[in-house]
Amino acid sequence: MSYHANEKGYYGEFGGAFIPEMLYPNTEELRRQYIQIMQEPSFKEEFSKLLKDYVGRPTPLYFGERFSNKYHTKVYLKREDLCHTGAHKVNNTIGQILMAKKLGKNRIIAETGAGQHGVATATVCALMGIECVVYMGEIDIARQAPNVARMKMLGAEVRPALSGSRTLKDATNEAIRDWINNPVDTHYIIGSVVGPHPYPDMVARFQSVISEEIKWQLKEKEGRENPDYVVACVGGGSNAAGAYYHYLDNEEVGIIAVEAAGKGIDTGESAATSALGKVGIIHGSKTLLMQTTDGQITEPYSISAGLDYPGVGPMHAHLYRSGRAEFISITDDDAMKAGLNLCKTEGIIPAIESSHALAIFEQRKFNPDDIVVVNLSGRGDKDLETYIDYFGL
Amino acid sequence: MTKIQDPISDTPIKMNRIQQKLQENHKLLSIYFTAGFPSLNDTVPLIQDLEKSGVDFIEIGLPFSDPLADGPTIQKSSTQALKNGMTTKILFEQLEDIRKSVAIPLIIMGYFNPILKYGVEDFCRKCKDIGIDGLIIPDLPVDVYHSEYQPIFEKYGLINIFLITPQTSEERIRFIDSVSKGFIYMVSSASVTGAKSGFGEEQQRYFKRIADMNLSNHQIVGFGISNKETFQQATKSAHGAIIGSAFIKHVMAEGPKNVESFVKGIRK
Ligand SMILES: Cc1ncc(COP(=O)(O)O)c(C=O)c1O
Repeated sequence: MSYHANEKGYYGEFGGAFIPEMLYPNTEELRRQYIQIMQEPSFKEEFSKLLKDYVGRPTPLYFGERFSNKYHTKVYLKREDLCHTGAHKVNNTIGQILMAKKLGKNRIIAETGAGQHGVATATVCALMGIECVVYMGEIDIARQAPNVARMKMLGAEVRPALSGSRTLKDATNEAIRDWINNPVDTHYIIGSVVGPHPYPDMVARFQSVISEEIKWQLKEKEGRENPDYVVACVGGGSNAAGAYYHYLDNEEVGIIAVEAAGKGIDTGESAATSALGKVGIIHGSKTLLMQTTDGQITEPYSISAGLDYPGVGPMHAHLYRSGRAEFISITDDDAMKAGLNLCKTEGIIPAIESSHALAIFEQRKFNPDDIVVVNLSGRGDKDLETYIDYFGL
Repeated sequence: MTKIQDPISDTPIKMNRIQQKLQENHKLLSIYFTAGFPSLNDTVPLIQDLEKSGVDFIEIGLPFSDPLADGPTIQKSSTQALKNGMTTKILFEQLEDIRKSVAIPLIIMGYFNPILKYGVEDFCRKCKDIGIDGLIIPDLPVDVYHSEYQPIFEKYGLINIFLITPQTSEERIRFIDSVSKGFIYMVSSASVTGAKSGFGEEQQRYFKRIADMNLSNHQIVGFGISNKETFQQATKSAHGAIIGSAFIKHVMAEGPKNVESFVKGIRK
């Protein structure tokens, strides 16, 4: 079985491009060209140069000794938190801004929830001198003031999404509508492995640098390329897709996906899509998503703004359905504790999204000689206020 | 009912109300409204009043939480309809006896997720039982329809209607024409739904270009038609036009009772 997208963008039964005809020319242009462009030597060279000199790659693969001792297993942290702008999101935006240039686009749009992807997009647009419009739900704009300010400082226009529930899914709808209205000059930089084909595959390829590095870094440190497990949190699933990518077809490597249970799976305030989702269409992709019995998309909840997407990328829906990956969900409380634990044991303040991945060691046992790589997708600066409120600091 | 040949199976099939209507020799007016808006139970009276006031087709919008091809007006009406409690099941209950009171072609327009959730075959069967003639599902692409769903729709005598835009290639238009059995929904310009101020030369050239392709299906123009003037511009070379947002705005301003004045204003 393959865990990569086929030429129509399907991962098993999931994926595809369920888009209105108005979007067909845009996505078709991208679909026809993305692989070819990504394989051009000049593109590869510019992409890896920017990842090195601007983003600061390779990010370290760090053996967390005290953390490992605590959980009686060998834990490596892939330090995506050390990327410029503070998370893995920039790997994708660098790739897509270069793609947009190759396609001759001179205007960029993006959606954002917490603002991480919005900041990463505004950053690369500033870098390239390209006009940037970021859609953000009106409610999120109020909740995430520092990231709104960052985007503005970087020269982006932040447009409030006023429709529906006024959060990430609605910001995504607005970005898609903008793309329908501006089909010729605009490129839409989607922030995760979601949306219509070819986005899930394209974003996964840009993020695959994460597992590409893990392979040689682990070889250097342990004499082997393959860990026993790779662990990542899943919102839409881009950091996870990048961390799993080069291990997907290698069944010796266990894949663990960590979702946000919010206040608990059965509380009605959760974002654990694999547990609560049903097959459906969201933002042009057939996947698992949280919806009513009538097929209306519902609002997820998590303390972590980066994990509260009502769907999940089609790759992850397939990894779940096929049993290739083990899915674990972590509550707000357990994630917050795990975040503080990493601060105390390793001197690293993680993003709350990443804290979800770190929390699994409290409930899932590993063997002492297992090598477990956790993708530390982002740093906690953006979450300080939440940490302060939660712990009364 | 008149018989025509099914181009695929060569067996005679009954002519659908949409196909019959398309044979009439005048410019057709189709009105879209969101089911369950402004109040949950306005659906049936609106259909009856629209028929009385002389429109040619009615598109009944099945509201969706995330209508990504729609502009602010239809978003608003959809959100309100959902707040009013509209669901697929309730819409079908409301329409249960609709064929006792109206003869006009009825088309359901909705996004694919609620239909998928209801079950595509169950949905189509229910449409047939009620007397729905066609469907417009903007996010079900023609390729997927053709490879996965066409036999189900046809089994229940439903005509599925596809969109084309100014950016749609000639090759793709010909493919859409070959799969279509009613009319082609010609989106006036690259945009989501919602009223614009008028159609310029560029749109006229596009309408003409499509008319000159001699497609086997008629074209009906939608998106951006709001009044008599834009209706006439749009139907210069096309067979008819669809009004959605402008009608919903009228209902928002004047309530659901006075639809005749709106329709007369377009037609006079
Ligand atoms: C640090 C961090 N991790 C994870 C995510 C979740 O996104 P994804 O699942 O696409 O990696 C986000 C999203 O904002 C994030 O900022």
